[in-house]
Amino acid sequence: MTRYLLRRVGQGIFVLWAAFTIAFFVLYLLPSDPAALIASGGGEVSQVDPAQLAALRAEYGLDRPLLVQYGDALLAALTGDLGTSYVSGASATSMVAQALPETLKLTGAALVLAVVGGTAVAVASVFPRARFLRQALSALPPLGVALPTFFVGLVLLQWFSFRVPVFPAIGNEGAVSLVLPTITLAVPAGAQLAQILSRSLRGTLGEPYVETAWAKGASRTRVHLAHALRNAAIPAFTVLGVMVGGLLGGAVVTETVFSRVGLGRLTVQSVNQQDVPVVLAVVVLSALVFVVVTLVVDLVYPLLDPRIQLRAERRSPSPRTATLRPDEVTA
Amino acid sequence: MTLQTLTRPDTDAAGTSAAAAHPRTPAARRGLRAARHVLRRPGLLVAVAVLLLVAAWAVVPQAFTAQDPLVGVPADRLQAPSGAHWFGTDHLGRDVYARVVHGASLTLRTTALAVVVGLVVGSLLGLLAGFLRGWVDDVIGRLVDVLLAIPSILLSLAIITALGFGPVKVAIAVGIGSVATFARVMRAEVLRVSTSVYVEAARASGLRWPAVLGRHVLPNSSGPVIALVALDFGTAVLAVSALSFLGYGTPPPAPEWGALVSGGRDYLATAWWLTTLPGLVIVAVVLAANRVSRALEKTGEDQ
Repeated sequence: MTRYLLRRVGQGIFVLWAAFTIAFFVLYLLPSDPAALIASGGGEVSQVDPAQLAALRAEYGLDRPLLVQYGDALLAALTGDLGTSYVSGASATSMVAQALPETLKLTGAALVLAVVGGTAVAVASVFPRARFLRQALSALPPLGVALPTFFVGLVLLQWFSFRVPVFPAIGNEGAVSLVLPTITLAVPAGAQLAQILSRSLRGTLGEPYVETAWAKGASRTRVHLAHALRNAAIPAFTVLGVMVGGLLGGAVVTETVFSRVGLGRLTVQSVNQQDVPVVLAVVVLSALVFVVVTLVVDLVYPLLDPRIQLRAERRSPSPRTATLRPDEVTA
Repeated sequence: MTLQTLTRPDTDAAGTSAAAAHPRTPAARRGLRAARHVLRRPGLLVAVAVLLLVAAWAVVPQAFTAQDPLVGVPADRLQAPSGAHWFGTDHLGRDVYARVVHGASLTLRTTALAVVVGLVVGSLLGLLAGFLRGWVDDVIGRLVDVLLAIPSILLSLAIITALGFGPVKVAIAVGIGSVATFARVMRAEVLRVSTSVYVEAARASGLRWPAVLGRHVLPNSSGPVIALVALDFGTAVLAVSALSFLGYGTPPPAPEWGALVSGGRDYLATAWWLTTLPGLVIVAVVLAANRVSRALEKTGEDQ
């Protein structure tokens, strides 16, 4: 158990290091000149005094060889310092930390809604006796994954902020402002979960032990919820890491649509101003979240399914393939 | 002699009619079978029709609308959908349907390029990993794990920060975001095929590796990858239009689909058609691509 834990933590640290490295080289090999960007303060790049540029390069260490810059950045990153924003001059880590709480509220609420809603739709698509009802409900998840996040957000705004003014259109004030963004963000994640779960449920309902449950006279509800759902939920549980990552990514668009303050807005702003250190910090944070969630999922997994033992030499369940219908694509 | 001349027209007629019912070339037979397969499934038929229509929009937009996508008639501004303007008009009096039709080529070209980037880079990585195995497989496997750890839109945004804005850059960014899935599927397929008996037989009879790869491994591992192309096309339409919604695609007034939806944001209260109708077009294309992908997977399994 301890050895397993150490190995998984080691893997997690490796992924974080590699994510940092890839993001660093992608961002710092950029064709534009960071010093000119700093000098212009995120605005239009205008004529800047060459001496001033040289001074800025020296100040930010941009005049050194790339590998030296990388080594220093990596050492600093180990202490939690991901560089200084080109635009505001503040520490990138603190900017991200400041924006994070609002986004955590949003993604947390969306995660709960996605899990509850996704599970409800998945169960509802196998539960009814009427065939047409099952078919109609099975069509919902594929529809949900085809909806662009920005489109869902704008349509919700249109109906529930403008036509029927129930919810505020913009801002972070109070729980009411969280309702529409949460629904927007939860739609694709919930649909994805429902897709995986309903496929898993259909497979489970054909298992011999379900037959046994029917035979001993268990009610329809009991067979579905107590017997089938519990086992079917386990494979769906492994996509949690990808789901949380997807929610962080989806927050970029959602926060833009609803003009909310948060990590997503900060990201868009930083991309617009080519504020490299802040973008790097956001990427590293998202990788960190993914690593932690995946690790927790892996550790909780055997508690849900006693057949799986941690010591067994297995590769960690690979979540994203599950969204790709692994049984169909890779089989 | 007379008998022959008498019978020849008959046999000829019989021969040609038989050829029409059962085309001789394998390609034609396969085409016919595919057409019959599609015709029997109304949902799939609609999906194929949607994709064909949108492809036609992209190739010959003038054939579908006579209106100008960039120059409007100010007197007709913000009109609701009607017979004259199917999707209504925007704040400059431009016909929204014309803009959607003309925007198809922009959005689909970016999407197609993104899929090609993901397919080529991803398949190559997967092929190398599955074929060479050993440390190459380890290194590529780790790389794929890392790419999967970063949400694809954030990876795309990081690449856009580095490269700058524009349709080609958006395509590259979205394509890199899907490299990992292609690599994964391709690797699994190559592993499966290259341990099969016929590949071993080909090797044993002295065929060189490049020939084995080209003649046996690639053709037999392409099925799931092709299904993934269709699936990834839908995902890429979503990603490309999201990035163009955020303003990283072709600058206005170009009618890229995401930008069209974004342009309607200021008129949500008064002109619902500006966001809803272009948005529904995007939804239709993604749904159609996903439906076709599912059909391709199914046929792959049946074989």
